[in-house]
Amino acid sequence: MKNIVLKGIGVSPGVVTGKAYLYDRRDAQISFYKLGKVSLVTKEIRRFRDALRASEAQLREVKSQLSEVAGLEPLYIMDVHIMLLKDRSFIRNVVQRIQEMSVNAEWAVSMTIDKYREMFEKMEDEYLRDRFNDVRYVGQMILRNLAGRRQETISPLGERVIVIASDLSPADTAQMMIDKVLGFATDIGSRTSHTAIVARSIAIPAVVGLEKVTRLVRTNDDIIIDGTAGLVIVNPEPEILHRYEEKKRLYQAAREVSLQYAQFPAVTKDRYKIQIGSNIEFIEELPSAIAHGAEGIGLYRTEFIYINREELPTEEDHFANYRRVIGVDPLQWATIRTFDLGGDKFFSDPKLAREMNPQMGLRAIRFCLQEVSLFKVQLRAILRASAFGKTRILFPMISGIEEIRAAKRILSEVKDDLRREGIAVGEDIEIGAMIEVPSAVVMAEVLAREVDFFSIGTNDLIQYVLAIDRINDRVNYLYEPLHPAVMKMIKQVVDVGHRAGIHVAMCGEMAGDPLYVMILLALELDELSMNPLAIPKVKEIIRATTLKDSKKLLREVMKMSSATEIRALVEKTMREKFPAVFSSNGS
Amino acid sequence: MQEIKTFEVKNKLGIHARVAAKLVAVSNRFKSRILFEFEGQEVNGKSLLGILTLACSRGGFITVKVEGSDAIEALNDLASLFADKFGED
Repeated sequence: MKNIVLKGIGVSPGVVTGKAYLYDRRDAQISFYKLGKVSLVTKEIRRFRDALRASEAQLREVKSQLSEVAGLEPLYIMDVHIMLLKDRSFIRNVVQRIQEMSVNAEWAVSMTIDKYREMFEKMEDEYLRDRFNDVRYVGQMILRNLAGRRQETISPLGERVIVIASDLSPADTAQMMIDKVLGFATDIGSRTSHTAIVARSIAIPAVVGLEKVTRLVRTNDDIIIDGTAGLVIVNPEPEILHRYEEKKRLYQAAREVSLQYAQFPAVTKDRYKIQIGSNIEFIEELPSAIAHGAEGIGLYRTEFIYINREELPTEEDHFANYRRVIGVDPLQWATIRTFDLGGDKFFSDPKLAREMNPQMGLRAIRFCLQEVSLFKVQLRAILRASAFGKTRILFPMISGIEEIRAAKRILSEVKDDLRREGIAVGEDIEIGAMIEVPSAVVMAEVLAREVDFFSIGTNDLIQYVLAIDRINDRVNYLYEPLHPAVMKMIKQVVDVGHRAGIHVAMCGEMAGDPLYVMILLALELDELSMNPLAIPKVKEIIRATTLKDSKKLLREVMKMSSATEIRALVEKTMREKFPAVFSSNGS
Repeated sequence: MQEIKTFEVKNKLGIHARVAAKLVAVSNRFKSRILFEFEGQEVNGKSLLGILTLACSRGGFITVKVEGSDAIEALNDLASLFADKFGED
């Protein structure tokens, strides 16, 4: 299965991509039975005490292995578990049940655990209530030892993995974490469960409370964990994987920049201001966008509303998402991009699913204009949500004037429908065209008369202009944002847009790369929209430079005729001006 | 010899696993019988599970009763653990 998105609770921030490892610590098949003869009671109690001893020995072994790794916070948990194994009231409880009820040790242990479960469930304090997990863990360990089985541990060999489990006790996580685990995703848990605490203490991303991750994931599946947004993506498509690889890199870089700094406006030293938007894909990313200093949502990708489900999303499904993106304080605007995938995401029709070149096939606005009724569902929801705040609607993959006119016509039909029904619609909705098809660049002047804003999608624009599939490893070295053709096209779009008096944004990856900040300032884009994590560093550079210097750099760049020369100059300039930013990551 | 004293739980997370473990570790060093009482519930001070099931969060008052030859020393050591907020926030 492709592209399954699961939402849980992000309990340890960060982004990680890798292979899944299904940690299956299913309880041993437990058999419950009554002891036939009283003489068996003593034997049963001895069996229980043996299991306690075996469990303790195992814990001590793990603990001694762990102590070799210095500075590990979760070690105390092992002590807690050892103490639980020796707890007199626990032991007495089990022994009494064996004696008085003539049940086997497994049964007695299970009943005792249940008794404690009841006591803990009554607790009001969530943190204290979660400590039952320790009791349960110890109980399960005893049960395994009664069954004569050792617990599964992650192989000391092999590559690093993302651990998928129903629940992880701290002892589980402690054993795994010895440099083999990239992140955790679990079915159950909360912000205060030990999995969360341990994950945070060793700074690896974790998402808990996913409910069914163990059922959907198999060992060796590709998986993405976004511990910041609380998301897990199983078997992502290459494009999404690529985006998250970028996010992962940015996350590491962003951690070095103070978040406090992120809240300052993006103004150069000579007082030139540029708006900073955030690209998001899930509602869950909003807090991160705000925390990292976004002034608005510059690109809300709506594809996951469609592809993460078996049936088509209803208008209400759409609305629930848009309502949460629009009018969110302190964000000043929300740019919602309409459906930008191929039709194969909707239908299982194999003819649709197998296009030779899906990037250039029936997708985005082309598909929407053919499937008007589906398109209208999305537009209705966006328009309804627009009553709650500043909304921009962005149509993707516009290649000429007919498409933008057709899209606008459908939008106004939907608006009329809503008005007739007496449903409120925002007053100042802006309509924009994504500029990502080369023909749209050439025709920008005509398009500018039809829309309120442009948003330059550099990822696709560069692919189309240079004829490079950037996911293809054999040619992606040719993918070059600083190619003079790309520079000229961006400049043309901005100039044409400004002559027509419209807002020009950039929402591709280029907009969030610190290396290009001076170039983009000089091009006078009105808005840069980027991954939330990229914002602090971009702002830092904007605030430390001037429009004047940026213009000077751009003038030099525009005189050059090859990407190699341009890149050399831009890298040299940026390294000289911002040695702290560009020396460490080698870019 | 019997000693009784009441302490306020001042650390942010209350009597959670690590704190309970510290209390048990101290209690276990003494021969005296040690009881913890919180909101009418009384548990053995040497039982981690017992202390955990008190479910005492921040601001709760725990009464410690110590009975035995080393009661004073035991109570002193437990008192400094409470005063020190168990080494936490």
